[in-house]
Amino acid sequence: METKLVSTLSQAISAAGLTDGMTISFHHHLRNGDYVLNLVLAEIARLGIRGLTLNASSLFDIHLPLMQHIRSGVVGKLQTGYVSAGIGRHLSAGILAEPVEFRSHGTRAADIAAGRVPIDVAFIAAPAADCRGNCTGKLGRAACGSLGYAIPDALHAKTVIVITDTILPYPLADWSISEAYVDYVVQVEEIGNPQGILSGTTQITRDPVGLIMAELAAQAIAASGLLKDGFSFQTGAGGASLAAAAFLKEIMLREHIQGSFALGGITGYLVDMLRAGCFRQLMDVQCFDLDAVSSIRDDPRHREISAIHYAAPGSRGAVTDSLDVVILGATEIDTEFNVNVHTDSAGCLMGGSGGHTDAAAGAALTIIIAPLFRARLPIITQHVTCISTPGTSVDLLVTQRGLAVNPAKPELARRLQAAGLPVVDIHRLKAQAESITGVPRPVPRGSRVAANILGRDGAIQDQVMTLPEEG
Amino acid sequence: MPELIQCATAGTMESSDAYVEIEPRENGLEIQLESVVFAQFGEDIAQSVQAVLLQQGVKNAWISVNDRGALDCVIRARIETAIRRARGETP
Repeated sequence: METKLVSTLSQAISAAGLTDGMTISFHHHLRNGDYVLNLVLAEIARLGIRGLTLNASSLFDIHLPLMQHIRSGVVGKLQTGYVSAGIGRHLSAGILAEPVEFRSHGTRAADIAAGRVPIDVAFIAAPAADCRGNCTGKLGRAACGSLGYAIPDALHAKTVIVITDTILPYPLADWSISEAYVDYVVQVEEIGNPQGILSGTTQITRDPVGLIMAELAAQAIAASGLLKDGFSFQTGAGGASLAAAAFLKEIMLREHIQGSFALGGITGYLVDMLRAGCFRQLMDVQCFDLDAVSSIRDDPRHREISAIHYAAPGSRGAVTDSLDVVILGATEIDTEFNVNVHTDSAGCLMGGSGGHTDAAAGAALTIIIAPLFRARLPIITQHVTCISTPGTSVDLLVTQRGLAVNPAKPELARRLQAAGLPVVDIHRLKAQAESITGVPRPVPRGSRVAANILGRDGAIQDQVMTLPEEG
Repeated sequence: MPELIQCATAGTMESSDAYVEIEPRENGLEIQLESVVFAQFGEDIAQSVQAVLLQQGVKNAWISVNDRGALDCVIRARIETAIRRARGETP
């Protein structure tokens, strides 16, 4: 049997024909434990290749060495779905001459599949692979579960390099990505640190304000008319969103409601709901914790899905389009219900849509859960710093002082009021928050565009400016 | 108003709190202010610091306020507490 094993990363990069100005891609399933992006860029820099476009489904603080490769000209352009705060500070300071392009996870997948965002070489960190390139995230020492975000890259990149630390005998049958798409396989010592795969935000909140919001959100779902057999659900990994899922679980068990599926980034809490009979199926594009990783490996009801299947706009089947309810977070929401998850209130990049925009667009009921203020900063603003998810996709804001319904959804407001829930105008919630915090002064902005935020239609939906120049 | 007789602190560095330090001085007031929401609320916080010092009759002191996004009432309470501790009022 002919193997695709290449003995060094450097040989694989040369064999792939990588040259100046090409586009390379990475997935983020190893999250803040990923070693592969740094390894690859160090090797590319050593080979003297320059001016690359780097397309990564997300970037975390572990990828900070990337900033050096930007300064030295190895990487000239970034396309991503999310950046951690440490990376965001550099991007907001204007480290790149060209604006960063942000796409939602679904839009990234759709654009790669349609060839609008061509990838020359995809580098796929795989926790386990065989010598012909069949690979999976379910096995190996750095098992991360689903490899959903890597699948569009594997299917559509001109050259695909699988990087693993665990070679298993051929054929590795339970593949996420099959050998049919893989050109080269490279074994390295370690692809990542399993501890870093765990998200920092996957604990149920104990904050009383968060618990009040979570309970209100669960009650709103119960009153919405959507909570019945066949119910489908997605939630972010924020503490209050997870607590809402816990309250929802109680209601579903009490009322004997069996949902059809839960979607998304999957946490142990959703695995518990599957096991308790709240859902028939989990549809998993990304595992947020190690409980989810073992469940996707061992439980056939827990399915891995690609980013295309998850959320791609215009695809023949994106599961987000079949969602009943999604619970999402916000760093800001404005009185038109536009949501910002890209920047903090001072305008510094510290996040990104991920699947936020896709799930909001697809779900029958999109709930944003956010406190009236964090520290001293009010969350409801006149205009968000950056439109990550347009208000036309957002139906309901849940705060600790009441629920604000998008005026485009009068039937929802009627149902919530009939259930005795505290429905309040969003302007009133804004005024209430400002009476406690004071009205924040507008923050100055820099003069250059740091990031273009692309909408699901591929057009520029908003722009994030650099931070003001020092002095 | 009683004199400041010792150094004192109040508050914490937790989010939504403020950490206040105060020391007796001979010649006038020296105020040091840091805040995670300086861009949005810096002027309001500076006014509150002045207001509490005036109300408490503190004319000679070094005072540092490290604000972690506290509400105005919290900032004022922390400053007042630091002053009263510096006067030896509370243990």
